[in-house]
Amino acid sequence: MSTNQVLMGYRRENKRVGIRNYVLILPVDDLSNASCEAVARQVPHTLALPHSYGRLQYGKDLELHFRTMIGVGSNPNVAAVIVIGIEPNWTKVIADGIAKTGKPVASFSIERNGDLKTIEQASWKAKEFVQWATEIQREPIEWKDLIVSIKCGESDTTTGLGSCPTVGVAVDDLVDSGAIVLFGETSELTGGEHLIANRMATPELRDRFLAMYSDYVSEIQSQGVDLFGSQPTQGNIAGGLTTIEEKALGNIEKTGTKQVVGVLEPAQAPEGPGLHFMDSSSAAAEFITLMAAAGAVIHFFPTGQGNIVGNPIVPVVKITANPITASTMSEHIDVDVTGLLSREITLAQAGEKLEEMMERTIQGRLTAAEALGHREFVMTKLYRSA
Amino acid sequence: MPSHKFLMHNSGDHVGVAVVDIQEGEEVYGVILADDSSTDVIVARDNIPLGHKIALRDLSNGSEIIEYSVPVGVVTQNVYVGDYVHTHNFKTARW
Repeated sequence: MSTNQVLMGYRRENKRVGIRNYVLILPVDDLSNASCEAVARQVPHTLALPHSYGRLQYGKDLELHFRTMIGVGSNPNVAAVIVIGIEPNWTKVIADGIAKTGKPVASFSIERNGDLKTIEQASWKAKEFVQWATEIQREPIEWKDLIVSIKCGESDTTTGLGSCPTVGVAVDDLVDSGAIVLFGETSELTGGEHLIANRMATPELRDRFLAMYSDYVSEIQSQGVDLFGSQPTQGNIAGGLTTIEEKALGNIEKTGTKQVVGVLEPAQAPEGPGLHFMDSSSAAAEFITLMAAAGAVIHFFPTGQGNIVGNPIVPVVKITANPITASTMSEHIDVDVTGLLSREITLAQAGEKLEEMMERTIQGRLTAAEALGHREFVMTKLYRSA
Repeated sequence: MPSHKFLMHNSGDHVGVAVVDIQEGEEVYGVILADDSSTDVIVARDNIPLGHKIALRDLSNGSEIIEYSVPVGVVTQNVYVGDYVHTHNFKTARW
């Protein structure tokens, strides 16, 4: 459980709590990456988030693009946002969506201005936002103020034996304290989907979850492919995992034991406390980007063979129980629970180690992924553009 | 007594996971995570690398493997106690 120190975070205008304090330069579309990156070079304490999409998307895919952009800008780890797009209309949709949080937002569009004038105007505003953000003070916060997301990667059998159960302990404690915890990885539940369905708080949630699950799996099967090779991945197989069912059971260990009280669309923000499922890809960077858009402020990432993913705005805490990974890739690991395999530590002790590292991360310690500059920002795209 | 060489999730599981490299012919025992009890000693019939599975009971071709107390796939040939269990003799039941 929690140590006795007073945790300090940033309480935003909408009362949501962040643990980092970024000024984002957010491109609406691929064409606006260059000017966003130029502003970030000119005003160093800002963070540009270049990405590949935002043109000629339509329908549900466009809705997801907007929800992801607005969600990332609204994330409590973000103090203020500059939005830059090629044209004013979609730029306004995203800027207005973020402004609903009450945080400072300014938007610029490139048509009729060109990159250079846009960069100049946006840089003035970015400098103003940065100076304003540096004066925001951290305030006392509690576990119940947190939104935590969880996903494992490059899993192997040590994930199911050690690092995922460790996360499960912390997840149960967080849920008990009134925090929000988000999990997902729809297709990676295959083999254990009934176990998650049985934990849904209401029959309606259960039906919604099972419909999402079967849609995702049908979509994969409609491609006419055998997923052996991509599920489990080559890394999973090298680590001793043989089947998707076995991988899923290990994966599910990290969700703890609590009821699931919400079923979310990709990038949808949860509304109340407790454990929530989000329909999502199992690819690490895509997943954490969706969770950032839903408001997660810290992510727990159990790994077996050594996935090194990070996120630009969400600190990613890596946990491993694999002694080979802990020794050959130690620069990527925040919490070493290899003692679970040798039975030198108990699961309760491993959970405490993770919770202690969560609190240190809240207080400002950079995670391994942050220190090494891992800023993978990857939008989920539902289908090809028009 | 030397240390455990594999872990099992639950007592009814059909496979254990090596926590160190196990050599063919080695006599090994495991620990069951659910209750921290030790298993009987078995003889490994193959080399089994850290993180990979060892069979804890005889399984006939086509039968289910139970791990985490849940079916996690089917064996594709007869498997005997102490065998290395992986893609060469075990597959998903889903596709």
